[in-house]
Amino acid sequence: MPIDILMPALSPTMEQGKLSKWLKAEGDTVKAGDIIAEIETDKATMEVEAVDEGILAKILIADGTENVAVNTPIGVIAAEGEDVSAASKPAAAKPAEKPVEPETKAEPAPVASAPPSVPAQAKSYDASSEFPAGAEVATMTVREALRDAMAEEMRRDGDVFVMGEEVAEYQGAYKVTQGLLQEFGAKRVIDTPITEHGFAGIGVGAALTGLKPIVEFMTFNFAMQAIDQIINSAAKTLYMSGGQMGCPIVFRGPNGAAARVGAQHSHDYAAWYSNVPGLKVVMPYSASDAKGLLKSAIRDPNPVIFLENEILYGRTFEVPKSDDFLVPIGKAKIVRPGTDVTIVSFGIGMTYALGAAEALAKEGIEAEVIDLRTIRPMDIETVIASVQKTNRCVAVEEGFPQSGVTAEIGMRIMEAAFDYLDAPVARVTGKDVPMPYAANLEKLALPNIGEVVAAAKAVCYR
Amino acid sequence: MAVAARKTKAPAQSKAAAKTATKTGSAKTGADKGASKALSNMPTFDKAEELHAYREMLLIRRFEEKAGQMYGMGLIGGFCHLYIGQEAVVIGMQMASKDGDQVITGYRDHGHMLACGMESRGVMAELTGRQGGYSRGKGGSMHMFSREKNFYGGHGIVGAQVSLGTGLGFANWYRNDGRVSFAYFGDGAANQGQVYESFNMAQLWKLPVVYVIENNRYAMGTSVSRASAQTDFSRRGLSFGIPGEQVDGMDVRAVRAAAERAIEHARSGQGPYILEMQTYRYRGHSMSDPAKYRSKDEVQRMREEHDPIEQVRGRLTRDFKVSEDELKAIDAKVREIVNDAAEFATHDPEPDVSELWTDITLETARA
Repeated sequence: MPIDILMPALSPTMEQGKLSKWLKAEGDTVKAGDIIAEIETDKATMEVEAVDEGILAKILIADGTENVAVNTPIGVIAAEGEDVSAASKPAAAKPAEKPVEPETKAEPAPVASAPPSVPAQAKSYDASSEFPAGAEVATMTVREALRDAMAEEMRRDGDVFVMGEEVAEYQGAYKVTQGLLQEFGAKRVIDTPITEHGFAGIGVGAALTGLKPIVEFMTFNFAMQAIDQIINSAAKTLYMSGGQMGCPIVFRGPNGAAARVGAQHSHDYAAWYSNVPGLKVVMPYSASDAKGLLKSAIRDPNPVIFLENEILYGRTFEVPKSDDFLVPIGKAKIVRPGTDVTIVSFGIGMTYALGAAEALAKEGIEAEVIDLRTIRPMDIETVIASVQKTNRCVAVEEGFPQSGVTAEIGMRIMEAAFDYLDAPVARVTGKDVPMPYAANLEKLALPNIGEVVAAAKAVCYR
Repeated sequence: MAVAARKTKAPAQSKAAAKTATKTGSAKTGADKGASKALSNMPTFDKAEELHAYREMLLIRRFEEKAGQMYGMGLIGGFCHLYIGQEAVVIGMQMASKDGDQVITGYRDHGHMLACGMESRGVMAELTGRQGGYSRGKGGSMHMFSREKNFYGGHGIVGAQVSLGTGLGFANWYRNDGRVSFAYFGDGAANQGQVYESFNMAQLWKLPVVYVIENNRYAMGTSVSRASAQTDFSRRGLSFGIPGEQVDGMDVRAVRAAAERAIEHARSGQGPYILEMQTYRYRGHSMSDPAKYRSKDEVQRMREEHDPIEQVRGRLTRDFKVSEDELKAIDAKVREIVNDAAEFATHDPEPDVSELWTDITLETARA
């Protein structure tokens, strides 16, 4: 019975990859465990092992094919003399490794599909209004934009260095620091042991002397081990020293839910850090904001919490080609003008906000969408000005509802623009439960476009 | 049992020396040298050094006594942890330091600040929460800093200063500027996890840090033997290959000699070094501690037989024939400084209310 070789996933968030090389040819004999092909994503390269012994009877996806969806059959292993003519039609192939939805495995086209919980990129997003006049524009992923931001700032200032787990030789657990070791060397791109509390403290100590560390956490979930140093040492020392001891440090890494990684790897800490005076908290959505804000964060004389998102790392956006492109910390941006309702969000929450705005437009509701970008200090003025125009607001975040960022937004609007409101401010948040693992439950736990649309209609009384 | 070993001076000395000689691995060279030195002849001070140590330790003692009084008068609020009894540790360390070396410690920090050359007035005014305090009244007893004097605090979270101090060492390594960081912590903090995370990275990267464990035998009210599986703190870096020694922390000469070995090791690029200073605090953990976990006799015996200041005073009169009048003159001068600081700290105004909203974040420079 021929066995399909399926395009494997390298990570919970991988949707597609490149089949870079076949190491075996059709007709070669393979044993279980033999390396038969190499696949790569923008994040990593991996070898594909044969799952059974036999003959590599058929190669279904050629060397160098890009955008091969996970679980697409890429080849067929057959026993000696077995007829594989049937197997050469991928649509008839049966899954060999893991159970998948029938329609997924029957889908032979190398086309990526978005993971179910997070909407695909909104078409209406345009960041170019802030780009320097006349600057050339490149299309790049958030991941590349973050890397470029660090590289440019490290070229500019010898006091800037990056430290964290797997940032150097491994090229970054999520490949955000790719290439930095090669350019800047081991003294400025430092692999640490797995000791978040310790290396966060070392980074803060170095920053107190005036160095400008970028401390990468593999995820902010692990920064819980280090939160004492972040808050008690980094955030408070300037005040406690009467202004003597600044702490120019950036703590960055992926934050919030990725996909199917369960409660301990899915926590969104935006609300936590935004509660602390002395910190700045940044959470970009687009690649240009990621780059411009990270550069601002590195140059900032204060501790900055820079919250990234694993799912957004692979999204592509237009970014101006300029070493001097900075996005100021503390400035929100109207990314879609509208008149009927204000939808305010940040980070990956923007995917729901923008998706909802597109859906609402089809029903004749023009939403004004605001990307907060910085959680602390919060540019509530931009939100208030919008609410004064639309008289309605929906705030969206992936974090938990109680004491969340959207709770803060709602309160601030009530304080400053109560008389302008035609409806109570509504919020759409992650559900008040630890993140479940099961795909269906995870999807329920996160916000979705439908919830944002429903909330927007509710505040519009429609 | 640590108490028993302290009954006479001699056993404590030889214990320290014996430990020094049993160091393993990379500790061997430096520590052995120290051991033979310690065994053959106790490091000595000349008259000027004795006088310096006497004056400096006395300043801390009198300052802390005054702080205790002012706390009792309600002029100092919150927590106030006095350094009385431990003066030889920080003074001996500073006598071996060079300009530019950094100091960081926990919340029992007044002595370290004075030893770093910070002004008595500024420290006392911070204790009273006045505008002339080193943190303009916004830090208090546990949170004071001086960038000018390379004093990095003053930290209220037990053990946090160990990672931070390692970070100071990291900065010295990064800049290759020949500085050494001294990270002070107590026998209590020595049980914190981040201490060992820091030890690991400091030795891995050969950072110039001297870890000074001030073992005063009690972590608040818990004696070392009730909290620590390994009560020989000089061995706490052994599994990382960090050399360590136990030092008679009541003898300023022994402290300076050990400090010289440790600092030389760190400054020469060989990485961190651990000094366990065997010391004793006479007062409670903080002002509100009645110290019921130890006997009055124990405290009394330490004061009578091992007091760091009395030891120097004895040598000054006995070996250097310094007259009582000369010593009284020093004492008077020290009291004058302390009284002046107390006077200043009592009458200096509280910070302006506008200070509530300053120093939260620094202004972002225009790019």
